[in-house]
Amino acid sequence: MPQATLTGPGPAPAGPALEIDPDDIVAVPLRHPWRWILAVFLLIGFVSLGISLWQNENIDHPTITEFIFNPRILSGVVLTVVLTVVAMLVSTVLGVLLAVMRLSNNPVMNTLAWLYVWAFRGTPLLIQIVFWGYLGLLYSQISMGIPFTDFTIFSIDTNTLIPALTAGLLALTLNQAAYSAEIVRSGMLSVDEGQYEAAYSVGMSPVFTLFKVVLPQAMRVIIPPMGNETISMLKNTSLLSVIAVLELYTVATQISSQNLRQVELLLVVSCWYLFLTSVLSIPQYYLERYYGRGKARSLPPTPFQRLRAVLRHTPINTHRTDSQDAP
Amino acid sequence: MTGAGQAISTPTATHTTVEPLLSALKVRKSYGGVEVLKGISLAVNPGQVMCLLGPSGSGKSTFLRCINHLERIDGGRISVGGELVGYAQRGDRIFEMNSREVARQRRGIGMVFQRFNLFPHMTALENITAAPIGVRRISRQRAKDRGLELLDRVGLASLAQSYPAQLSGGQQQRVAIARALAMDPQLLLFDEPTSALDPELVGDVLDVMRTLAADGMTMVVVTHEIGFARGAADVVVFMDGGVVVESGPPAEVLENPQSPRTRAFLDSVM
Repeated sequence: MPQATLTGPGPAPAGPALEIDPDDIVAVPLRHPWRWILAVFLLIGFVSLGISLWQNENIDHPTITEFIFNPRILSGVVLTVVLTVVAMLVSTVLGVLLAVMRLSNNPVMNTLAWLYVWAFRGTPLLIQIVFWGYLGLLYSQISMGIPFTDFTIFSIDTNTLIPALTAGLLALTLNQAAYSAEIVRSGMLSVDEGQYEAAYSVGMSPVFTLFKVVLPQAMRVIIPPMGNETISMLKNTSLLSVIAVLELYTVATQISSQNLRQVELLLVVSCWYLFLTSVLSIPQYYLERYYGRGKARSLPPTPFQRLRAVLRHTPINTHRTDSQDAP
Repeated sequence: MTGAGQAISTPTATHTTVEPLLSALKVRKSYGGVEVLKGISLAVNPGQVMCLLGPSGSGKSTFLRCINHLERIDGGRISVGGELVGYAQRGDRIFEMNSREVARQRRGIGMVFQRFNLFPHMTALENITAAPIGVRRISRQRAKDRGLELLDRVGLASLAQSYPAQLSGGQQQRVAIARALAMDPQLLLFDEPTSALDPELVGDVLDVMRTLAADGMTMVVVTHEIGFARGAADVVVFMDGGVVVESGPPAEVLENPQSPRTRAFLDSVM
């Protein structure tokens, strides 16, 4: 075959005639020595850090193992997760509402949404939490009635209506809604104007268009930053310790104030936060996949599908790619 | 097809003129001080096909978008099926419609876009059934049956479950036509339906449009396809600079244009 091309008719190749099958590239692969050197250095660094932590006399390892599955810690974990989930769900609904108001032609709605985002994004979350926690200092009674008259439908003590847990949930939700609103708004702006026109041209109303056409497409853009926000939210729940909501971090500080093992309990708490944030990235992956349908020509396999393929067909799979590569 | 103005008079009609399905009277529209439509008056009878020709910027697409109120007109009147578009007349006063009423009105006016504008997150079939199910409130099964029938009509029955990204431009545009037909419109608007297509895909789309025309669908088509206009149109309108320069049967306007502007345009595109 190579001989035929070299000696055959037609313009002869200009270079030196080598007896190499042009179908194969036999070359020495590029070496990457610095990668190896860097990896070795980092490995030494991490191992020595690990050893120094392990041998550190200031860390009492049995305390960590004692408290990592302590019932109080576990109840704190549960409350942290519940707070995160509830706050994210409610704030997302609020955020969509605010984003729609912001993009509507109604100047009243528009201004209201702008004011909301301005106020809740412009003040620190910590201050908002304390504010809701101490709302009783501002209004000792909350009542509903007709303004500027003495007629009231009900009246209730603020601290009864809004206990610490509710105050914390309110603070996290209302603050997050301001951020979510901006994320949802950017997602909606990313949807092509032609989509609105097409929806309107088949007689869809603006609200129907929003839910059936615009939001499903915006979701693809909204979900990655929302995953970010969820992870932030999970960690921000620790701020509720200032109003004594019994979430993970509050519980840990209560325990460590009794046994004076601050560092150990911080490590316990950190392990839990790391674990929870890792778990949270799984639903994000599946949501992205779901809302990405129709965007790519074929959906990428899920990690489980990939794992199953590897476990089952490793030899067959390599075979198949080989035969596909062949002309 | 019969000539302009004389189309298909019903047996009950006592005179030769029929009530036009679409009538536009002195339609004006400006964008930021620039007047793009300077008093357009046109009429399309039921079953007629009108082709709008003209250089880009002549206002033909804008006019088309005014017909289903995607653009709000600044002056004049447009009515479809005897009903003002975007406005309601009570007595001698005219009231602006709310979005719900406009949406109801648009159900009777289908539109096909240059860039297809299919919903990318829905399959071809879902694109077609979304509005009948959600807006017309017909049953899922009936919408699906009708959707498959329409897909078959545009030659894409086998691609019902494909997403738009998996279809070629010509296939997408044919799905878009089926989507517009699913609402059973009395009038179909085409905004340069073949301009974004590869040359070899144009024919399939034009074939579907010719079939629709032959079946008696009333159509207004903005196009650069002179061949289509010659073969399928009952009326050809040449627009330039926001006015109607010339209009009439294709044989007159295309073969024997009276205006030098029409002649220059036709020379440049043919």
